[in-house]
Amino acid sequence: MNATVADSPLEEARRAHLEEQFDEPDQQHSAASLGMWIFLATEMLFFGVLFASYVVLRVLHPAGFAEASRETDLLLGSGETAALLTSSITIVVALRAIKLGQRGVATLFLSLTAALGIGFLVIHGFEYHSEWEEHLVPGVRFLKFGPHAHAVELFEVMSYLLTGWHSIHLIIAVSVVLGLTWRVWRGAFGPDHFTTLELAALYWHLVDIIWMFIFPLLYLIGRAPG
Amino acid sequence: MSAIDAGIVPQPKPESLAPSFYSGKRSLRGWLFTRDHKRIAILYTLSVTLFFLLGGAAAAMIRYDLIVPSGELPTEVYNKAFTFHGVVMVWFFLLPSIPVTLGNFLLPIMIGAKDLAFPRINLFSWYLFIGGGAFVVAALWAGGVDTGWTFYTPYSTMFSNTNVYLAIIGVFVTGFSTIFTGLNFIVTTHTMRTPGMTWMRLPLFVWGLYAVSVVMVLATPVLAMTLALVGLERVVGVGVFDPSLGGDPLLFQHLFWFYSHPAVYMMILPAMGLASEIISCFTSRRVFGYKFMTYSMLAIAVIGFMVWGHHMFVSGMSVYAAMVFSLLSFLVAVPSAIKIFNWTATLRKGDIRFTAPMLYALGFVGLFLLGGLTGLILAAPALDEFLHDTYFVIAHFHYVMVGGSVMCYLGGIHFWWPKVTGRMYSERLAKFAAVLMFVGFNVTFFPQYLLGYRGMPRRYHSYLPQFQELNVISTGGAVLLAISYTLPVLYLLWSLKYGKKAPPNPWDARGLEWQTSSPPPKENFLHPPVPREAYAYDKPAP
Repeated sequence: MNATVADSPLEEARRAHLEEQFDEPDQQHSAASLGMWIFLATEMLFFGVLFASYVVLRVLHPAGFAEASRETDLLLGSGETAALLTSSITIVVALRAIKLGQRGVATLFLSLTAALGIGFLVIHGFEYHSEWEEHLVPGVRFLKFGPHAHAVELFEVMSYLLTGWHSIHLIIAVSVVLGLTWRVWRGAFGPDHFTTLELAALYWHLVDIIWMFIFPLLYLIGRAPG
Repeated sequence: MSAIDAGIVPQPKPESLAPSFYSGKRSLRGWLFTRDHKRIAILYTLSVTLFFLLGGAAAAMIRYDLIVPSGELPTEVYNKAFTFHGVVMVWFFLLPSIPVTLGNFLLPIMIGAKDLAFPRINLFSWYLFIGGGAFVVAALWAGGVDTGWTFYTPYSTMFSNTNVYLAIIGVFVTGFSTIFTGLNFIVTTHTMRTPGMTWMRLPLFVWGLYAVSVVMVLATPVLAMTLALVGLERVVGVGVFDPSLGGDPLLFQHLFWFYSHPAVYMMILPAMGLASEIISCFTSRRVFGYKFMTYSMLAIAVIGFMVWGHHMFVSGMSVYAAMVFSLLSFLVAVPSAIKIFNWTATLRKGDIRFTAPMLYALGFVGLFLLGGLTGLILAAPALDEFLHDTYFVIAHFHYVMVGGSVMCYLGGIHFWWPKVTGRMYSERLAKFAAVLMFVGFNVTFFPQYLLGYRGMPRRYHSYLPQFQELNVISTGGAVLLAISYTLPVLYLLWSLKYGKKAPPNPWDARGLEWQTSSPPPKENFLHPPVPREAYAYDKPAP
């Protein structure tokens, strides 16, 4: 509890960031990261509702869903996936750099992370645009005929819900990372103080992992004809 | 004659000179921007009580309507009254009541911590709660909602012309308050326990809060997302529940009950923990089967997630699915029964003191037993086919939630009132209110079992003439119930000014909260508390 043993300079610096309800820096750190993990679990359940709905509707309308997923743009989708996967590496490198006290490296890799996230959003914007042109926006601008027209519209409903909710998360994540980039550049973090950065990285990974489920569901399954 | 009847037990008062958490910033700002879990608990108590009064007023309208078979109120007014009653009571009173008030106040003190792990998030949760409540009140202001608290599709998405958006936004926002409270409690229990406070020394109330927090964190997002889908479907005109596109309205029911059945356990789990505290104190005995009490709470939390289908036996479900859901629902009764057995075994050969909190707790055990057993009847598909959507269901869940959870909440309020306010209330009035509540509750809701068994359907503003007698009795009981809810408000407020000063440990209880002064100082303890085994009633209080 009290500093009976002489603390190292690092330990003393960590103590300076201690909030009043905690006794130890380690306690504060484990509380913060446990809190983040629980928050991520709730996020999984938010998306879980959408995934469950997708599964139910796909089972009800297999042919319509297959037809609709053939109309997705595999090239753009793969580009988005590549951007997000890479961004998970860059944010980890940034986190490691800050733990080693390399402020410049951390700033660089955090900016890269944000840029890749923005890249994803831009590519996705193109996709939304072409769907608008092709009259594939459910409820708002949808024009399709044929036996599976309704099922295709349902697929588009699911697609907009999944990618829309995911994009909102990514916009939040990008904003957080941009804010942190600024603060890292200003020297707000260091080997004694990086919890916020670690939590942001956890959140970033979650947004990334969720895309790894959305991508095959919307772009890959049922793509092959017959 | 026990020490309580004789007056106040003389006790050492090592910390009675410490300034309480009420001193310090006394301004409104000091309260609205506080991070002290004790002050936030009091903010919550005031708001929860306000919502209870609103929901109670709607209940009064329902009972007024049902005095005559033709119904005293127009249909639309009645529909809006029961919807408002359900929405407010479920999300703004029953679910939050015990965790955010008593839980918020006691959890850190019971584990010997200075505060919750995230005090700012705790305050933020309160603002979310108030914000969500404002939307629901706005929905009422704008003319009300008529979907029922369950928001079933496609009525809520395609047909209802009432203020569904406002109500949904209100519940959605409050959902985040619930999620953050649960998150805060879990992290606090894991990381903030004082040295020596091991998991198996935790008071059962803390275990109850822990179990309920897990359910809150895992179930509430599902509700929030599902209601968001309903809202979006109303905006855009197409959605996953839209049957005209081939969407699935039943999917809504699955998702809704995946949340709402665990939500029932969110209401009862903290009450179970609380009852253990009170019963153990006023029998001066250890809780019988402590470990089984903890495991059974966790078992209820886990199995509670797998029983939602029993709400949908008549909605179109395969026979096999119904059998599995029925079996799992029977299974969840086992840990609940273990708890009833253990409370009874704690009472056996105990030195029982019939104080007001004890009367509430004993009332809880009895009413919960009746509510739980009728739950088994409803979990059997063949019987449910017959009783579904009748007043039998209404009586069942009111026995569990109102008879169980609310009785226990009031028991807890009385038990810790001296700790929170530093004042003693009138024991005689409190006992009278507790007995009146038990009687009034049974007079109100037991006739509803009979009504349901004879086939009176729920959610109609009129009924067949042969049901009138029992309905009038039920409304009469509601009047008694209303009096018994008003009484504590009056004498507890009275005690704030005129009540005797409370010592640190007026009930001769164990538990760390009784080792600090009444009311506690801002840091909760001036000297680090010494945790021992829970419920060490065979040893003298420290």
